Amino acid sequence: MNTAADGLGVEGVHVWRGDRHVLKAVSLHIKPREVLHISGRNGSGKTTLLKVASGLLRPEQGRVTWLGRAISDVRSDYQRALAYASHEPALKGDLTALENLRFMVGLKRRASAAELTGCLQRTGVAGCADLPVRVLSAGQRRRVAMARVLGVRALLWLLDEPFTNLDAGGSETFAALIAEHVSEGGMAVVVAHHELVLPAEARRLELPG
Amino acid sequence: MSAARALSLVVERELRLSFRRPDQLLQPLVFFLIVTTLFPLGLNLQLSLLKDMAPGVLWTAALLASLLSLESLFKGDADDGTLEQLALSGHSLTLIVIGKTAAHWLLSGAALVLASPLVAIALGIPDTAFGTMFASLALGTMTLSWLGSIGAALTVGLKRGNVLLSLIVLPLAMPMLIFGAGATDRAIAGTSPAGALYFLGSLCVFTCTLAPFAASAALRITLE
Repeated sequence: MNTAADGLGVEGVHVWRGDRHVLKAVSLHIKPREVLHISGRNGSGKTTLLKVASGLLRPEQGRVTWLGRAISDVRSDYQRALAYASHEPALKGDLTALENLRFMVGLKRRASAAELTGCLQRTGVAGCADLPVRVLSAGQRRRVAMARVLGVRALLWLLDEPFTNLDAGGSETFAALIAEHVSEGGMAVVVAHHELVLPAEARRLELPG
Repeated sequence: MSAARALSLVVERELRLSFRRPDQLLQPLVFFLIVTTLFPLGLNLQLSLLKDMAPGVLWTAALLASLLSLESLFKGDADDGTLEQLALSGHSLTLIVIGKTAAHWLLSGAALVLASPLVAIALGIPDTAFGTMFASLALGTMTLSWLGSIGAALTVGLKRGNVLLSLIVLPLAMPMLIFGAGATDRAIAGTSPAGALYFLGSLCVFTCTLAPFAASAALRITLE
């Protein structure tokens, strides 16, 4: 079995959900400066695969490695190098956008308010920094969630349907952010069920469904 | 990023979230005050008899009141995906559970302790017993928060987990009721409550060392 010693490796992973065999011997590798686009029909296990890659879900068979070592052995190192954006934006409606960022980014690294405002600016929601998240639209929440990913300054991005609810401008912004992250040596695994404006060199992984 | 800073960040976040929702914050407190005032009204007791019942009434009401807010301990975070982020934050989930539960106690248990003199006066508990009442309530509600964190973590995936949560936690809370009410009883009678207080203290230490591990294990299962 070849191991991705310089990135993330998912090797021969099997996952059962109740009676359903959701992931059948799925493997993926990603190195710095790479984007992996995971596609597939609804229910083909895209989100499950991302959860396995993040370490939230332990596969019944197979293993997940980070820099060549099993993620269970390097859990806290791996989590610090990881920014995971789930399908839910994971924001608190009663907190402002900036407070949400301060608490969730703050758990990973020290970041000043100015820096976090800068992240909000890059995703185009700097004007919402002091508004409670419950008054924001679904697309604006998605942008705040993306600002959190930027704020964490992680090497590996795992993004689950990041383009949902975004307008055309938002999709372009996000694609540019992903491209910039990758060009600076980062890696991104992007789950999306439709065609994307991702960089041309993005590799594809189609899950049979 | 040190564990202590992460812990303070979690506690600060919980407190700030709660103060944004003052209605939910006051619910257990108002419940506690109303239930304890219902007893003297409904039973039409003489003051001497009321004084005998007072510790039991005070304690039962305090347990039920702090149980009220337990369900929401992890539920909100589990529903909106925050729990996943916390689990991937690079800190152990046990640490997060400790922070959230400590914040829960500050908002429910500690608030009840501060409100208890009002109830004590209404129930005719002499002020010589206040010290014991404070100590026993503080230890008891703290133990309940730790026990409750296990129950809340186990029922976090359920739609209506509140009843099940009560069924899990209340039987385990019985020793606290017995010794907590017992300690207050003795203090009212003028004898030493030390034995019962020591027992409450040991229960509190026992639950606070083990419950965070159990609760985080239960949460990890929910996350899968």
